[in-house]
Formats: sequence, C-alpha cells, structure tokens
Amino acid sequence: MALDAADLGPATSLSCRECGESYELGPRYACEQCFGPLEIAYDFTGVTRASIEAGPRNIWRYRGLLPVPSNVQDTPNTEPGFTRLVRADHLAEALGMQRLWVKDDSGNPTHSFKDRVVAVALAAARELGFKVLACPSTGNLANAVAAAAARAGIRSAVFVPADLEQQKIITTAVYGGTFVTVRGNYDDVNRLASEIAGEQEDWAFVNVNVRPYYAEGSKTLGYEIAEQLGWRLPDQIVVPVASGSQLTKIDKAFQELIKLGLVEDKPYKVFGAQATGCSPVAAAFKNGHDVVRPVKPDTIAKSLAIGNPADGPYVLDVVRRTGGAVEDVTDAEVVEGIRLLAGTEGIFAETAGGVTVGCLRKLVSSGALDPEAETVIINSGDGLKTLDAVAPVATPSAEIDPTLEDFRASGLA
Amino acid sequence: MSTVSVRIPTILRTYTGGESEVKAEGATLREVITDLDANYNGIAARILDDSGKIRRFVNVYVGEEDVRFADGLDTPTPAGTQISIIPAVAGG
Ligand SMILES: Cc1ncc(COP(=O)(O)O)c(C=O)c1O
Ligand SMILES: [Zn+2]
Repeated sequence: MALDAADLGPATSLSCRECGESYELGPRYACEQCFGPLEIAYDFTGVTRASIEAGPRNIWRYRGLLPVPSNVQDTPNTEPGFTRLVRADHLAEALGMQRLWVKDDSGNPTHSFKDRVVAVALAAARELGFKVLACPSTGNLANAVAAAAARAGIRSAVFVPADLEQQKIITTAVYGGTFVTVRGNYDDVNRLASEIAGEQEDWAFVNVNVRPYYAEGSKTLGYEIAEQLGWRLPDQIVVPVASGSQLTKIDKAFQELIKLGLVEDKPYKVFGAQATGCSPVAAAFKNGHDVVRPVKPDTIAKSLAIGNPADGPYVLDVVRRTGGAVEDVTDAEVVEGIRLLAGTEGIFAETAGGVTVGCLRKLVSSGALDPEAETVIINSGDGLKTLDAVAPVATPSAEIDPTLEDFRASGLA
Repeated sequence: MSTVSVRIPTILRTYTGGESEVKAEGATLREVITDLDANYNGIAARILDDSGKIRRFVNVYVGEEDVRFADGLDTPTPAGTQISIIPAVAGG
C-alpha cells in the first residue's frame, strides 16, 4: 500500500507500549519484537482552546489531536461526537452524591461511542489505502462500521457472535454490506478476524489491524468532558470496560490536555465497570494481580462480553495510578442500573450503561468513590438496542378500556 | 511424531519466508514451538519471553481453544491439529 501520500495530521510514528520500539506510521498494529500494542506518537502544534472552540460541533474539533488529515471533515463520515453532558441531580440525590454528570454517548449517529473510534479508523484507513472497512464486534461496533462504510461509499465486512441481541443484528444489517454471524463468542470472532486480516490485505479491521488509529477516537470522550465542564477535569470518572481501550484513552486525553496546558493539572480518579459474568479486569484488580486471566463470558451485558481484554493490564495501570478501582455488578444489578438512570434522568441506557450505573452505586456504598467529589459517568450506548434486558420489568402500569370509569377503577389517578 | 499446521501472523512471516501457514512436529505446544525454531531460527524468542512463557500480548490457539484455557505450553497437539499464533488485540 502506498503511504507516501498519507496525511495523518499530527501523528509522527507508532511506538510499542511494552518495549518502546518505534515504527513508521503504517498499517501495523503489533510490535515485531514483543507483540505489544502500538500507540500513535504525536507532535502537536498550535492547538489552543480557541482553535478547538472554532471547530465543528463534532469530534473533528479535536482533529489537531488525532491521527487524521486536516481536511477530514471534507470526506463523507458520520460526524460523531459532541454529545451532551447531562447534569444528573436526581440520580445524584438517589445515590447520596453531590455533583454528578452523565456523558450521554447514546446521542451518536448509531447510538454508541463506537462512532467516534470508527470515524477516526475510517479516516486513517483511507489514508493508508485500505479498500474495505471491517470489524469483529460485540454489536455496537458492527452498527458503527456498517453505517460509516455506507456513508463513505465503501464496502463493509462485519463479523459478530450469532447469539447477539436481535436489535443489534437488525441495526447492522440495515446498512447493507457484508455481515456475517459466527457460531462462537466474541473472543472466537475476534480470533477469526485476526486470521482473516492476515489474508485480506486491503481490509481495514478497524479494531485489529487499524487499532492504533481507531483507539485514539475514544480520546475525544475525554476532551469533550473537559471542554463541556468549562475546560476542567472532573474529580472522578466511571467508565465501562470491555477490552479496556475506552478507559485508557480517556485517561490519555486528560493527560494530553494537562500537558498542552488546556486544563489545569489536578488529581482525578478513574474507575472501571464490568459485569460480574465477564469481569476479568475487576477480578485482577481485586486480587492485586497485574496479569488479567481470560474468562468465558456469561452476562446480559453482551457489548462488554470480552473475556480476553487486550488492554486489561493498562486499565489496571491507570486505575491504580489514579487511585480508582474496578468494580463489577450482577445482571440483576445491571437491569436495576438501567431503570435507575431512566427513572431519575430520562436516559435509556443499554446494558453497558446499566453496568456503569450499577458500579457507580456499588462504589459509592463501598466508599471507594467519594460522594462529595465531582463525578462523571459514561453512558456509552442506547437502551433501544438491548430491549430484552428490561422487557420483563419495563411494563405498562395497567391496561384499561377507553372509559373514564375504567381509568378511575385502575386507581392510577 | 505428530505433524501439525501452524498459522503464522503477518509480523512473524519474515521468519517463514512469507509463508502464512507452516508444518511443525511435536506432541505438545512446547515441542511444536521448539521445532518451529529449529526450522525458522529466532521465531521462538518472538513468541516466548525471556523466562520461556508465552508473551503477554500473544494468544496461541490449539484448535479453537486459547491455550490459556488449556494447559498452556503443555497443551497436547495431536497429529493434524491446527495452531494459530495471534497478536492479542480485542475490542468490539
Ligand atoms: C456500549 C459499549 N460500551 C463500552 C464498551 C467497551 O469499550 P472498550 O472495548 O473500549 O473497553 C463497548 C465495547 O464494545 C460498548 O459497545
Ligand atoms: Zn515491543
């Protein structure tokens, strides 16, 4: 693939997170020396609060901090980001907290934070000369890739576990493109995708062979939270964890903003949230391990059902460095979390959001999280995509005939 | 001796002369990797760390099973087994 013409903005090289080996920018993702994940290295210039504020109301306002060309807005893409940061006073009250915000990423074009990472992956994949946008997915990424490829006018190839929620199957298939359900769990699908990526040289598996670029898209969550708080960092943040990429990139974003002088340097704590039925990172945290033992997932939070999380060790690093924790909640608590957020703030989260709210509650009651300190939680996806999780408990108050008598008799007045 | 088939990830194909799939011998994964190294000098040190354990960011599959769920390097590799060596990346 021809890279001479590639414009990846402020990105300068790829460097191995494990051994520090440096590589030219290109379609690589693992270190040849140690298999460690590669990270983008940058040379940032001229990024100020004013330059950001003058940008579009989507993630491209931060393009000077991303591995994308400076004209990225001019090519068709889904323009995700700049989702609302909701002051959650009722939820705070219910949990005995002071200042709580929900970063509501269900407001993205395909209703999850995955539109952010895919938009960056698409821009980089174009520059790197790939022809097909592909992914293995736990569901949300599938939606985002299929939609972004349709918008970009290129082919998509999406692979998901066959037992995915029907909503996520339909909301992927509707965009057309190649869409394969695989008889296996996500970790099986992920392995298959890695093997296919080794054969199909012009397929950009966004979260496999384009992962260094893709993952940077999650930084925009951190940038937006800081900007929306008035260029400040929160004291605490709770983030759902599947592979752990989102959590580590939010931390990276906060660190970059500090280094660039765009926010004041202050301590903050990062907390991770998992479902007990797939909690390899929480288990490692609680046992004091720095190695994450893979598990076979069994939870209704399918979007978080990654049993072998590649960024798990880095989640542990961030959480321990900042004084946070990784917590996990049962499926029943996930459903409770969804209802609590919906009932207190009018926000209908998918199971991942239920995991986050459930863990928030647990972290407050265990004392790990300070109820007085300003806290942000991420709602990374939309409840309409995981209806089955709440269908048994989200039911009407009554069914009546269209008569005033019947209404009175129902006792609902 | 049991002959198995090993899928080689892109970043290790410099060792196998570009081959994406090679044959190797061995009754366990450990023996297979030793045999691979005999034919493709240096490849074992890419897969295993200095203490001889599978590197943190390498996933090895015997059949469809991640060997971390089986017996690691002692996982049996009967004749005809398909082995895959894959960089650990996930997130979906
Ligand atoms: C809704 C939702 N939230 C959170 C995550 C976790 O992201 P990560 O794999 O970056 O930890 C996912 C991943 O699939 C997701 O779909
Ligand atoms: Zn390395």
